[in-house]
Amino acid sequence: MTVETKLPFNQEYIQAFSKDRNEPGWMATLRSKALEMADSLDMPKPDKTKISNWNFTDFQHSYKEAAKIASLDELPEELKAYFDKDASMENLYIQRNQTAAYNSLSQELQDKGVIFTDIFTAMNEHSELVEKYYMSDAVAVDQNRLTALHAALMNGGVFVYVPKNLQIEDPLQAIFWQEDTDSALLNHVLVVAEEGSSVTYVENYISHNDTEETVANLVTEVFAHDNAQVAYGAVDNFAAGTTTYVNRRGVAQRDAQINWALGQMNDGNTVSENITYLLGDNANSEAKAVSVGRGKQTQNFTSSIRQFGKETDAYILQRGVMKGGASTIFNAIGKIEHGATKSNSEQESRVLMLSEKSRGDANPILLIDEDDVTAGHAASVGRVDPLQMYYLMSRGLEQEEAERLVIHGFLAPVVSQIPIESVRKQLTQVIERKVY
Amino acid sequence: MSGSVLEVKNLHVSIEDKEILKGVDLTVKGGEFHAIMGPNGTGKSTLASAIMGHPKYEVTEGTITLDGEDVLEMEVDERARAGLFLAMQYPSEISGVTTSDFLRSAINAKREEGDEIPLMKFIKELDKDLDYLDIDQNMATRYLNEGFSGGEKKRNEILQLMQLKPDIAILDEIDSGLDIDALKVVSKGINKMRSDNFGCLIITHYQRLLNYITPDFVHVMMQGRVVKSGGPELAKRLEAEGYEWIKEELGIEDEETAEQNA
Repeated sequence: MTVETKLPFNQEYIQAFSKDRNEPGWMATLRSKALEMADSLDMPKPDKTKISNWNFTDFQHSYKEAAKIASLDELPEELKAYFDKDASMENLYIQRNQTAAYNSLSQELQDKGVIFTDIFTAMNEHSELVEKYYMSDAVAVDQNRLTALHAALMNGGVFVYVPKNLQIEDPLQAIFWQEDTDSALLNHVLVVAEEGSSVTYVENYISHNDTEETVANLVTEVFAHDNAQVAYGAVDNFAAGTTTYVNRRGVAQRDAQINWALGQMNDGNTVSENITYLLGDNANSEAKAVSVGRGKQTQNFTSSIRQFGKETDAYILQRGVMKGGASTIFNAIGKIEHGATKSNSEQESRVLMLSEKSRGDANPILLIDEDDVTAGHAASVGRVDPLQMYYLMSRGLEQEEAERLVIHGFLAPVVSQIPIESVRKQLTQVIERKVY
Repeated sequence: MSGSVLEVKNLHVSIEDKEILKGVDLTVKGGEFHAIMGPNGTGKSTLASAIMGHPKYEVTEGTITLDGEDVLEMEVDERARAGLFLAMQYPSEISGVTTSDFLRSAINAKREEGDEIPLMKFIKELDKDLDYLDIDQNMATRYLNEGFSGGEKKRNEILQLMQLKPDIAILDEIDSGLDIDALKVVSKGINKMRSDNFGCLIITHYQRLLNYITPDFVHVMMQGRVVKSGGPELAKRLEAEGYEWIKEELGIEDEETAEQNA
C-alpha cells in the first residue's frame, strides 16, 4: 500500500457507519468532508523517519458489537492489573474493541455535572458541547492525511467534561482494550476542563496482535480553560502488529496547566506527536515521555510546546531505552512566539543504548521569536556507564540486576509522574518485560 | 566459625599498559585490621581497585585468593557475594534509584531466592544504622549518592558496609574530605564491625584516621610495593617523621612516583 493508492473506504460506507451510530448531522458532515480531503492531503512527515512504506491505510474497520463487561471480576488478570484494587474504581471506562463495555462515574461527580462517557454517547447527549471542541481548535481535520482519515473513520473514544471550578480528586481511568487482533482502532479522546477546574485522567491502550497487522490512529484533544489544571497520563502498549499514529494536543488558556506523562511502550512502528499550545498568559505545561524500543521497531516521538502567552513556562522531558535493532528518533521542540515575553522553555532528552545494533537520536530544537525570554536544553545519547555498573556490582548485584536498576533509575523521572499507582506499577512491569 | 583470609601474592597491576603495582604481598585475616599508608601515587588505591575488580585495572601477574578461592577468576559481583567489600573513594551517583531500594537489592543479592529479607526487618535495621552513623533518615529515600556532599557519600559507604556485613572490607581513603566530627562518626561505624569474622584493610594517606581506629598491622607502600610492615607504632612514627627515613633506610630513590597518581 503506497500513499498514492486510493483509500479503501467510500462515502457510502462512511454515511452508513455514521447512521448506525446515530450520530448528529454535524458529525456525519465532518466525516464526509474529511474523507474527501484525505485523498489529497499529505502523510505526516516525522523528522528523520521514513514512513512511506508503513501501512496506515489498509485495515479492517467493520464494526462488531463486543460483549459488555458485567463485572470487573470477569476480566483477564492482565487487565485487572491496571486497576488499583484498594481504590474504589468508581470512575472507570473500559472499551472492548470498539464497544463501550463498562462505564462508571461516581454519583457525586454525576450530580456535579461531570461527563465521563464514550464518545458516541457524548455526541448524542451533549452534541453542541462535543461539536464545539471536536477537531476544531486542537487537532485540525486537514493537518495531514492521517488526521483526516481519523476524522472520517473515528470508531471509539471517550469524552471528559469538568464543569467550572470543580476540583476532581480521584483520577478518571480509561482502558482501551483491543481484544480482537484484526480490527483497527481510530480512537478519539476529548478532555474539556472548564475555568478553575482540575482533573487527572489516565488511559491505557492494550492489544495482543503480535503477528496480525492492523492500525491505530489516535487523536487526543485537551482543553484547559482559564486557571484549569489537567494531568494526563497514558500507557500505550500496542503489540508488534499494530502500526500506530498518535496525535495528542493540548490547549491551555490563561493560568492553566496541562501536564503529560506518557509511557510509550508500543511494540510496533509508531509515530507520536504531543503538542501543547500555551495560549494564555502564565499558562504552563510539562510534557514527559518515556519509551523502550526493542526488536526491529522504528519509532518517532515529537514533544513540542508552543508558547503564545506572556510568562508561560514549558518543560519537555524525554527518556528512551533502545535495545535489539530498534531505531528511535526523539524530537523536542520548544517554540516561543513573538510577544510571549518573560516566558521560559526548558527541555531534556536522553537516550540509553543497550545494544550495538540499536539506533537512537535526540534532537533538541528551540525556536525563539522573542527577546525577553529564558530557555535551555540538554540532550544525550549514550551507553550504560561502566563505572556505575562496577559500583553496583561491587555490592553483589548481578550484571542484569545492576543494569535493571540503572535503567529504572534512568526512566524514573517520567514513570514516577504517572498518576495512578497501579498504572505506574504496570508501566514498570511493561518496561521490565521489554528490557529483558 | 573463624574469619576469612584474603591473600594477595606478588600482585602486578597495570592501567593502560603502565605498571602501577610491582609485586604486592599481603594477607588479611578475619579479626585483623590492617592499615596501608604511603605517599600519593604509590598504588594504594590501585591495590583496592584490583582486589574488587575495577574494569580499568589489569592484573598481569600474581594471585588474589579469598579462603583459597581464586578471586581473579570471579566477576565483580561474585567477589562481593564471596565476602569482599570496597568502600570507594569516588562512589558513583545512581539517579532514580533510592538508597534504600538499592540496599535492599544488594542485601537480597547475597541471599537465596525465596529467602529475601522481610521488609520490616530491613527498615528496622536500616533505621538503626542510620541513627548510629548520625545520618538523616531522608537519605534512605534520596537517590543513591546523587547530590550527596563528600561527607554524605563517605557515610553512605559505611552505611552500606554495616548493612552488607562483608567478611573482608577494603576502605579506600574513607577519611578524605571529612571534618573531625564526620571522621569520628565514620570511625565509630567501622569499629562497630570489629569481630573475629571481619577483616579490614584501611587505605589512608593520613595518620589521623588511625587515632580513632587502631590497626593491628601497618604497611607502607612505595613505588608499587609494600616496603615496610609493623604495628600501630609504625603509623605514629610516620606521623611524626614522614616517609623520608624509610626511603633512606631501604635505599629507595625517588623516580617517577609523583606522576603515578593512581
